[in-house]
Amino acid sequence: MRIYLDHNATTPVREEVVTAMTQVLREHHGNPSSTHREGAMARRLMEDARSSVASLVGAFPRDIVFMGSATEANNTVLAHVLSNAGDAHVVTTSVEHPSVEEPLARAEATGRARVTRLAVDGDGMIDLAALEAALAEGADLVTTILANNETGTLQDVAAIGRVAEAAGVPFHVDATQAVGKVPVDVVAIGAQWLVGSAHKFNGPKGAGFLVARSGALQPLVHGGPQEKRQRGGTENLAGIVGLGKACMLAETEFASRAEHVRHLRDRLWAGIEKRVPAVVRNGAAERVLPNTLNVEFQDTAGEILLEALDGEGVAVSVGAACHSGSIDPSRVLLAMGRSAEQARGCLRFSVGPSNTEAEIDQVLEWLPSLVARVRAVPV
Amino acid sequence: MSERIVVGMSGGVDSSVAAAMLVDEGYDVVGVTMHLAGSDSRCCSLDDADDARRVADRLGIRFYVANYKDAFREEVTLPFADAYLAGRTPIPCVTCNKRFKFDHLLERARALGGDAVATGHYARLEQRPDGPSLHRGADAKKDQAYFLFNLSAEQLNHIRFPLGAMSKDEVRARARALGLDTAEKPESQEICFVPDGDYAKVVEALRPEALPGTGDIVDEAGRVLGQHGGIHRFTVGQRKGIGVSGPEKRYVVGLDAARNRVVVGPASALGSLETRVEAVSWTLAEPPTQPLRASVQVRHQHRGAMATVTPDGTRAATVCFDEPERAVAPGQAAVFFDGDRLLGGGWIAGRIR
Repeated sequence: MRIYLDHNATTPVREEVVTAMTQVLREHHGNPSSTHREGAMARRLMEDARSSVASLVGAFPRDIVFMGSATEANNTVLAHVLSNAGDAHVVTTSVEHPSVEEPLARAEATGRARVTRLAVDGDGMIDLAALEAALAEGADLVTTILANNETGTLQDVAAIGRVAEAAGVPFHVDATQAVGKVPVDVVAIGAQWLVGSAHKFNGPKGAGFLVARSGALQPLVHGGPQEKRQRGGTENLAGIVGLGKACMLAETEFASRAEHVRHLRDRLWAGIEKRVPAVVRNGAAERVLPNTLNVEFQDTAGEILLEALDGEGVAVSVGAACHSGSIDPSRVLLAMGRSAEQARGCLRFSVGPSNTEAEIDQVLEWLPSLVARVRAVPV
Repeated sequence: MSERIVVGMSGGVDSSVAAAMLVDEGYDVVGVTMHLAGSDSRCCSLDDADDARRVADRLGIRFYVANYKDAFREEVTLPFADAYLAGRTPIPCVTCNKRFKFDHLLERARALGGDAVATGHYARLEQRPDGPSLHRGADAKKDQAYFLFNLSAEQLNHIRFPLGAMSKDEVRARARALGLDTAEKPESQEICFVPDGDYAKVVEALRPEALPGTGDIVDEAGRVLGQHGGIHRFTVGQRKGIGVSGPEKRYVVGLDAARNRVVVGPASALGSLETRVEAVSWTLAEPPTQPLRASVQVRHQHRGAMATVTPDGTRAATVCFDEPERAVAPGQAAVFFDGDRLLGGGWIAGRIR
């Protein structure tokens, strides 16, 4: 029996989503761009999904653009802004996801943009006064993550949006880790662009979306007229329907899910604090996602603790999921002022709606001896 | 529950088969690829990690990539550069084996609830009543015992070498039979973080601030014959590329770091009768105190030469060869064998006569 506590990496797909998707795969093979009845049916399914996504984030359906991933959506917005501005100034944070940081770093390296990365405090929050100061010199874009993927830290995006609006600078929010977990309202945030992805809230992988509230975007992927010429390529209909279903489920179950994962997450932290010596929680408790717990086990190699937990049947993460499997100290934790040694000892537990109290208690049962064993290894 | 063992998997055919054999023997095998050098070098590059991962999937075992890049730089690559700059000819693989493939990997195994590690080295390990006994691998062409000389008896108690009795052909055949992707993978070269054999370039990249600069090439009498571009570009015994011409063949016979000099001489000047060996370790339960006869191997590609080894305390020795031995280079290891049994060894400090 596996205990999965890595829901910020990705989530299990809900049965209702699987059912909706397999129905599309079996029965609705039409191309949404086709005129005939099969095409029209596919189109209708896609537009229903668009409405479900829009409803979840407080947008109009016409503002939703389907994408292959949140990474693609973030890249599309940044490429659009950078191609419109001659010598762009982008204001962002030092704790962005690679899907924002990497395109900006490339633009910077090739002389297409100047990037101001706002520092964060020990809890991972930016300083609004520093943001105002950065915008005072003029900027073409403010881009921030809403919920940090590693620590769960929630930026005060509504306040950031107000500062950006006052300065007359468009605002892009990477809400990938937040959508489906906490209420996200694009209008209340005051964002021109907002990004999310189905697989972070019990939908399928390969189904991201972009909310674009300020006119047509230049496509990153050129091709046919799909998505109002903002993203070429035949739509991933099954994925889009799965995304729509996941949004519907999230919207109706919001409150109960948040309460459930918060309860389990708090139970986990209380247990760790009680049973394991020398632990520190990263991120201010009242300003993080309800499901996320990032803990520093002092003088411990986090990656080995992860492997030891995996051996017992528990899936956790050392911050971001890493494709190679070889882990360098977390950029996010370093930005929060942790030393490389401190960052090495950090584990991320991210709870999901399907976890149970019994699972949390089982993890708490195993953890003290595993930590002791791993601490015997010289770091 | 079966015994848990961690196998160091490089992504090559040898460690793949080592892992497979332990699975067959009923161990609970965990595969670990150690990410040692930067991803620009071929050593333990992430491509190799992907190969190892595919093998692990095929065998149905757990697999992880472990990051030891910082420690590897501190403990292996920087000392490698410093040794060249000091006029020695290092073998980084020995330190890498002892510290990484064994110490660090065993620590990891213990953290994961195991108590042993295994690798795909060609060496045989026997458990005898008086302790472990390390021997040359059965495949003379692949034997790697030389690189394992400084493993302690305590370490050997927690190590398995599943390939020790096999030939390379048998290992490849086994990999093919198991359908492993790595079955036809080419041999890796000698030093993993020196991609094209150009070790001088690697030294220059690692220690740009410490390069010696140009100096004199001299003969044994101290006469200046020419100029060199840094002593780290030379090894004792080298003949090609010295850059001084003359009627007779000249070899590098010494490197004088203090005076930044390369000393050259005829082939006859390369012979050593007696050499000092330091940081000696013994695999024997009782380190010898009296002189003993042994076949002494002084570099990887060397068959071993008969010599008398005289211990000087437990951590040093003098090796007196029966016949003058060519190109005994400071920085290489002198490893003592009784037949195929490895008795111990140490680092060559310098020629006595």
